[in-house]
Amino acid sequence: MKKGDKNSIIIELKNVCKYYYMGENVVKAVDGISLKVNKGEFVAIMGPSGSGKSTAMNLVGSLDVPTKGHIFLDGEDISTLNESDLAQIRGKKIGFIFQSFNLIPNLTAKENVMLPMMFQGIDIFERDQVAQELMKLVELHDRMDHYPNELSGGQRQRVAIARALANDPEVVLADEPTGNLDTKTGNIVMEFLEKLNQKGKTIILVTHEPELAQAHADIVYWLRDGKLEKVTRKKNGWSKAGKEKLRQTKHKGDK
Amino acid sequence: MFSDYFILAFKNLKHRGVRSWLTLIGIFIGVTAVVSLISLGNGLEIAVSSQFGITQTELITIQASGATAMGPPGESVVKPLTIKDLEAIEKISSVKIASKRILQNGKLEYNDRLIFGYIASVPSGKERDFIYEQLNSGAIAGRLLKDSDIGKVFLGYNFYIDKAGLEKKIIPGKKVLIQDKEFEVVGILEKVGNFMFDNAVYMNEKDMEDLFNFGEEYDVILAKPVDKKEIDKTKEDIEKTLRRTRDVKEGEEDFEVSTPEAMIKTVNEVLAAIKAFIVIVASISIFIGAIGIINTMTTSVLERKRDIGIMKSVGARNEDIFFQFLIESSLLGLVGGVVGALIGTLIGVFGTIGIANWLAVDIKPSVDIMLIVFTLLGSFIMGGLAGIAPAMSAAKQNPVDALRT
Repeated sequence: MKKGDKNSIIIELKNVCKYYYMGENVVKAVDGISLKVNKGEFVAIMGPSGSGKSTAMNLVGSLDVPTKGHIFLDGEDISTLNESDLAQIRGKKIGFIFQSFNLIPNLTAKENVMLPMMFQGIDIFERDQVAQELMKLVELHDRMDHYPNELSGGQRQRVAIARALANDPEVVLADEPTGNLDTKTGNIVMEFLEKLNQKGKTIILVTHEPELAQAHADIVYWLRDGKLEKVTRKKNGWSKAGKEKLRQTKHKGDK
Repeated sequence: MFSDYFILAFKNLKHRGVRSWLTLIGIFIGVTAVVSLISLGNGLEIAVSSQFGITQTELITIQASGATAMGPPGESVVKPLTIKDLEAIEKISSVKIASKRILQNGKLEYNDRLIFGYIASVPSGKERDFIYEQLNSGAIAGRLLKDSDIGKVFLGYNFYIDKAGLEKKIIPGKKVLIQDKEFEVVGILEKVGNFMFDNAVYMNEKDMEDLFNFGEEYDVILAKPVDKKEIDKTKEDIEKTLRRTRDVKEGEEDFEVSTPEAMIKTVNEVLAAIKAFIVIVASISIFIGAIGIINTMTTSVLERKRDIGIMKSVGARNEDIFFQFLIESSLLGLVGGVVGALIGTLIGVFGTIGIANWLAVDIKPSVDIMLIVFTLLGSFIMGGLAGIAPAMSAAKQNPVDALRT
């Protein structure tokens, strides 16, 4: 899969709504969003807190099912699947990276990476081998048997990236991946995501930082109050220099 | 896949806090109680069976009892067996031989120590042979008594190995004071394996009458049936005869005729009742233990809500989560079972050795492998049963909510 092959749609949301009923009130967290994500794209979902981007991410990541509308993952309508089928598809096609890393504290770094493969029924030797390779990929092969609490935030997030790649998913869904990291380690994590994107993985970045979204994503979906506010596209691709400039800006902004 | 659940569950157990382990005390105590008391019970059963097992299966014991308690309180209400009863029994055609035994509590002095114990009479003539035959033991040192012996005794085995409380062993030829009168020890009886026999002093009837002056009243009459298979019929004959000689109606007997089988049956009934009680008590503590596990697992589900969310986000199906928690709960039960079985077995073994030493009888501690296997299996299954509800609630967690915690 080459980057920029826009012909195949990996994720499609058709008029997706997610409502929460709280007594008499209806909270419309996501209210009629339609969008398409092509294979190999680097997409950002942008919005302030309360904009519904977390709910949108859960829907895109098939962690949640919509109240109305349809979600197609790789051509299959997942809005109608039962929990277990949803879990299987999610484990196979989507890799998650969370703001708070979400590693399992009782398992070592390598075991955390092995976990998604276990739920796909892959035998333990293959799991071990793949996990070792992925730990090398994120440059943590010397930390394989460490527990999460023995790792720094940046290292934990890299373990999480390795885990997200365990089943070689089509899509990597990153929810504020740099939110708990300082700028420097945040940049390292973003570089890993870019590398993955260059290798053909579809990346969906959920963030509230416009700079981060614009610096890395091909397409930015701006959400506000559960609705799609605007879509901005990188014209002819952001130049490498432009990206660098944006990154510098972010540096200053953080300081 | 199942081995993976076990590995994950094991890892989670390893990281459990002390608080979680404490909730295992219930099941641990329950299992300890069951295992230790059942192994002790086995020891006791062996002990009791061995007490009655000594060639006495063809012996009928006749004792006076207080069934017709008509005298005022304080007076001896037991009408003792007399020579008249003995003679009547001897005349019964199905009785081969009958003999009286007198048992008295008396004091014995030796090595400047004073102890109280049983003194048993040894009859003379043919009856002597009958009694020796019943003991089924010879002298381990010295000799047993003869009709012509006066002022002489032989002693039970425990005097010989210094277990009678005198702090010095007695060997044949030594002199002891019984009821302040001097007697010569002519021999030691071989070990019988019965607490009473091994601790008793044996004395000719004549000497004993001089000491205690019991006249023609006896404590026990022993009778041997002509045909061992007809022992129950012989028992009925004796009862019929005694009702006549002692002038009592059926159902109002002031005596008791018992066969060893009946005694063993009674003892076993008592043991069974004790065991049943123990099992009930243990069941209650295991039930409490199960509630402890439910509590621990429920807490664990809440504590690990986030982990559940993570696992679901990386592809865990509901059943994956369910089985993982279920197996964890089962293992928790098993841990309680293992510790309980271990300590219970130790208590059983050392308790049995303790009883053996205390009663100076021969009981070998026995470890019942099947009991342990069933206990472990039971505690594993019980842990699983206790874990069903928490595991179901874990499996039902919504991944979005679980991740938000």
